[in-house]
Amino acid sequence: MKMRVDLTQTYGDFKLDVAFETGPGVTAIFGPSGSGKTTIIKMIAGLVHPDEGRVSMDETVLLDSSKRQSVAVHKRRIGYVFQDGRLFPHLSVARNIRFGGRFTKTPGATPESSVVELLGLGPLMHRLPGDLSGGERQRVALARALLSSPRLLLMDEPLAALDGPRKDEVLPYLEALRDETGVPILYVSHSVDEVARLAEHLILLRDGKIMLSGPTHELLSKPEALPFVGVRDAGSVLHATVVKHDADGLSQLSISGGTLVLPGIDADVGETLVIRILAQDVLISLEEPKGLSSRNILPAIVMSLHKGHGPGVAVSLRLGEDTLLARVTARAAQELQLRPELSCYAIVKATTVPRSSIGHIRNKPI
Amino acid sequence: MSLRPEEWAALVLSLKVSLWAVALSLPLAVLVAYLLARREFPGKGLLSAVVHVPLVLPPVVTGYLLLLTFGRNGAVGRWLEDTLGLVLAFRWTGAALAAAIMGFPLMVRAIRLAVEAVDPRLEEAAATLGAPPVARFVFVTLPLISPGILAGAVLGFAKAMGEFGATITFVANIPGQTQTLPSAIYAFLQVPGAETAAMRLVILSLVVAIGAVVISEWLSKRVAARIGRT
Repeated sequence: MKMRVDLTQTYGDFKLDVAFETGPGVTAIFGPSGSGKTTIIKMIAGLVHPDEGRVSMDETVLLDSSKRQSVAVHKRRIGYVFQDGRLFPHLSVARNIRFGGRFTKTPGATPESSVVELLGLGPLMHRLPGDLSGGERQRVALARALLSSPRLLLMDEPLAALDGPRKDEVLPYLEALRDETGVPILYVSHSVDEVARLAEHLILLRDGKIMLSGPTHELLSKPEALPFVGVRDAGSVLHATVVKHDADGLSQLSISGGTLVLPGIDADVGETLVIRILAQDVLISLEEPKGLSSRNILPAIVMSLHKGHGPGVAVSLRLGEDTLLARVTARAAQELQLRPELSCYAIVKATTVPRSSIGHIRNKPI
Repeated sequence: MSLRPEEWAALVLSLKVSLWAVALSLPLAVLVAYLLARREFPGKGLLSAVVHVPLVLPPVVTGYLLLLTFGRNGAVGRWLEDTLGLVLAFRWTGAALAAAIMGFPLMVRAIRLAVEAVDPRLEEAAATLGAPPVARFVFVTLPLISPGILAGAVLGFAKAMGEFGATITFVANIPGQTQTLPSAIYAFLQVPGAETAAMRLVILSLVVAIGAVVISEWLSKRVAARIGRT
């Protein structure tokens, strides 16, 4: 599936003007509130009409304002998971998730029994939405959208209305859905954590315009992305394989540039994880440090430096095949004479990888 | 309390007139309420005014306008008689029409409030699941507004049972033909010594009204339980 999107819309002072393509897997549109991300997916779904635009999926044109052509919402076959779930309050969970089935002639790629199992809905089937927790409601909303056999799933901050523990409860289901159904997903979010865990492809949106786009792990490790992601949330995304669990609670993970020792990894040996290392948790040393408490000292090469506003400098480091983003002060960068091609050591504090930043990848379809 | 034949006739006629009035106008009331609550279209203000005007017009005026329009010499009345053989003036059918028109604004208001209480974003959600407009209405909106429809129907029925001014102007007060409960009470009150008969009909009206309220309460509880709103 290849979707092409080209949209412009003016609301007073705000001008939305975007053009992008998405393929299989999860593409995330990331931006602060008011950047226009929800408007974009509403236009793709047909719920909002742009001043001008064109949306096509493979050979099917869904919208072409130049030809005054627009396919009705219910004929687009695009599933939509809303932030607030929007379950039908008068229907049981079972009847909610079967709602779309009666309007589609194409049988769903995933049968109902698999979706129910995938999202753990078995015990909930006879309940009414009013009796469900926020996390359960979102899982039902995911199942309902999926069972309308969509060609594409749009997700509008499906976790934003949930508190921390509820987010952690639903995230694994989203990962399972991504890895096991093969339905392309366009995911809107303002949370770097979610985007880093779920999306293969990332579009950074600001004030209605696309600032940067590309594969998530590359983009988040780019120093230029730091101002858009935010100083606190900027960090690189690495793939790591669990090698060994030590008796003291630490686990060894192999990454392309060496071995990381991290605590509290809940995964089997051999499993591949997505981990995010925040830029502010990476230190740079020119010499191999001795007598340091951190176990994670990895040889790296400076690739580029990016000076933004304020006293910080974003430094991207080559670490094996991955890129690691570090944030240091401008003064430190100057005193260490950091420059491209400089060999150095990256120091990652073992306790700094937040739990929610560790995602699982199941039999990943590529 | 035993009723005399003409009293029975008034009760039965009132029930018949009211049930027909509600049954025939309810679907139209749902449609109009939905349009007024959800859609923007030219003439919306006019439609709203026409629907609501019986509420503020003196009932006698409404009855007289009905007679002018639907009487045997009225434009619509003649057409109905020529094509369908349907006569409204001075018949029970006319009483049903008068009751329906007088009750219509009450029904529309109750149903419109119910439609406005339904989150329109649920219909949006139904659309993204592939439901065409009619299906969105039938499977999402209609079940959710059913308590409002019920409330509207009860209000319309109560209004029809009590309707007097427009009815007596349009179809007069013919015992056994167009004499409804209120008309009968009015007629008895005009005759010296018939106060007992009038009182019997008053009590009867009370029984019917209270019965309608009790039944509607029970029904609305059942509906609320079924659509998951307690």
